[in-house]
Amino acid sequence: MTEYASLLLDDPIWLVAVKALLIFVLCVLLTLLAIWGERRIVARMQLRVGPNRVGPFGLVQGLADGVKLALKEDLIPKAADKVVFILAPIISASTCFLAFAVIPMTGKVIFFGEETVFQLTDLSVGVLYILAAASVGVYGIVLAGWSSGSTYPLLGGLRSSAQVISYEIAMGLSFVAVFMYAGSMSTSEIVEAQAQWWNAVVLFPSFVIYVISMIGETNRAPFDLAEAEGELVGGFHTEYSSLKFALFFLAEYVNIMAVSALATTLFLGGPSAPPGLGFTESWLGGWFTFIWFILKVALFFFLFVWLRGTLPRLRYDQFMKFGWKVLIPVNIAWILIVATLRLMTQEGASRFMLAGFIITVVVLVMLATTIYESSKARAEAAARFVPEMPEPSFPVPELPKQRRGEL
Amino acid sequence: MSELEPKGSDAIERANAESVPASGQESAPFLKQLKGFWVTFATMFKKPLTIEYPEIKPETQPRFHGRHQLNRYADGLEKCIGCELCAWACPADAIYVEGENNTEDNQVSPGERHAKVYQINYLRCIFCGLCIEACPTRALTMTNEYEIADDKREKLIWEKEDLLAPLRQGMLIPPHPMYPGTDHHSYYRGEVTESHPSQDVAK
Repeated sequence: MTEYASLLLDDPIWLVAVKALLIFVLCVLLTLLAIWGERRIVARMQLRVGPNRVGPFGLVQGLADGVKLALKEDLIPKAADKVVFILAPIISASTCFLAFAVIPMTGKVIFFGEETVFQLTDLSVGVLYILAAASVGVYGIVLAGWSSGSTYPLLGGLRSSAQVISYEIAMGLSFVAVFMYAGSMSTSEIVEAQAQWWNAVVLFPSFVIYVISMIGETNRAPFDLAEAEGELVGGFHTEYSSLKFALFFLAEYVNIMAVSALATTLFLGGPSAPPGLGFTESWLGGWFTFIWFILKVALFFFLFVWLRGTLPRLRYDQFMKFGWKVLIPVNIAWILIVATLRLMTQEGASRFMLAGFIITVVVLVMLATTIYESSKARAEAAARFVPEMPEPSFPVPELPKQRRGEL
Repeated sequence: MSELEPKGSDAIERANAESVPASGQESAPFLKQLKGFWVTFATMFKKPLTIEYPEIKPETQPRFHGRHQLNRYADGLEKCIGCELCAWACPADAIYVEGENNTEDNQVSPGERHAKVYQINYLRCIFCGLCIEACPTRALTMTNEYEIADDKREKLIWEKEDLLAPLRQGMLIPPHPMYPGTDHHSYYRGEVTESHPSQDVAK
């Protein structure tokens, strides 16, 4: 058990309650800020200004939208399964907050005279718990799509659940390398294991795959085919209005924050300062680490927005193919490499052996890509080949080429 | 036969030979695909094109077709003679004019006639400016004013009072007699440059 985890153990009940409340408030506030930030940033990318009316710089726009949604008429379609229809957004919105319970957001801090860490609880299987919570969240989407009693939500719900589930696999696999490297599934221990080098550097392929799959997992552009406005109206939430829609909206953004926070925890060293800036914590106190944490989350959020501003939406089959045929196999191969390296170092293999192994892997990868490229080139050549047509036995209008040949 | 051959058919032939049936699998190199990210990122630091309209009102071009104006001569008499040429020119049938004779004690414009009723329906007007071209006395011109929108249909039929140019320094409110010793030709030639004290009948 790490130092941080033991700090959490002696938290009195009231402190746990206060932390839970604070985390909830933080999530909601971050969501409001995120909605504003996203719209502003995307607007700038499109040479627009974005919302700037409500409050300073339009900062309260998210709140104004929320109030507007709350005042709208709440419709329940006649064909809807009423109970499930109401239950679905509740499931979505309540599960998305769960992930934040195990995310360490600061280093050691003094909180109302109590030495602790700004993290609700530390589970030994913390990351698995996050995955489980995310999976329960999918129920919200499936049930919303199904219970609406209408075609587009059903299609959208099926699409997004298929998408979330398949990208969860890639996501889960990219955790494996982290688990092996840190030797633990507890978030605080993973953060501690990154004291020397961040996982984003050491386990770069895992990091890339995680970032891709977290976008697929949250149904965001360019992977937002479940909510493809041009094809499926609004996807699973087409029939939802008023506060129920607001709950889905909230869930989407809290989910984005949750996966970003998880990415921060697993790959960017959690709340610890970036290399070279470690002095900030000792100078300015433990709470300063919270700023690092928020900055890192904001970095990921910016990535989300940037992708949305840049890339067009994928086609559904391409998207699934990418997930199952690229992300998952690459991930498995990478895990094998990491596991082998790990085992070799544990068994006390010499540097020479390790270097040999790495060189072998590099050569194999290069060989595989060469073979792949050449087979691709051959396939393209084959696609270009037009076989000589036999002379037809019936009269046909002459082709321009033929006529030219005669002349 | 070869004269019928379209020119440059060689080029077409070559293009045909080079064109490749789309296999659907070809894509740009990876780094080229990343170029788009730079485009969006760099755009963030450019000046937005948005004009913050109600606060900042953009200057129009000097000859912008805005709402109309009925002009006056320098002594305040209206230039409009109620000839209805604008109404006839209007392709959208947006102008309605009713002329009336000028009399001794109701001289609104120099000469014989003036417009008793002058309406422009801005729900119909297409701002083509043909009315301005048709006007023989330069009575009707267009301003650069473009904020005409309103919330009632009735409000969008502008009456003569709404369209008339404001009175400037030295202008007198018509009806009043013409400048002494002039006729409408002198007005038209621009020989009347101010009002005469004798014209001020309201006093």
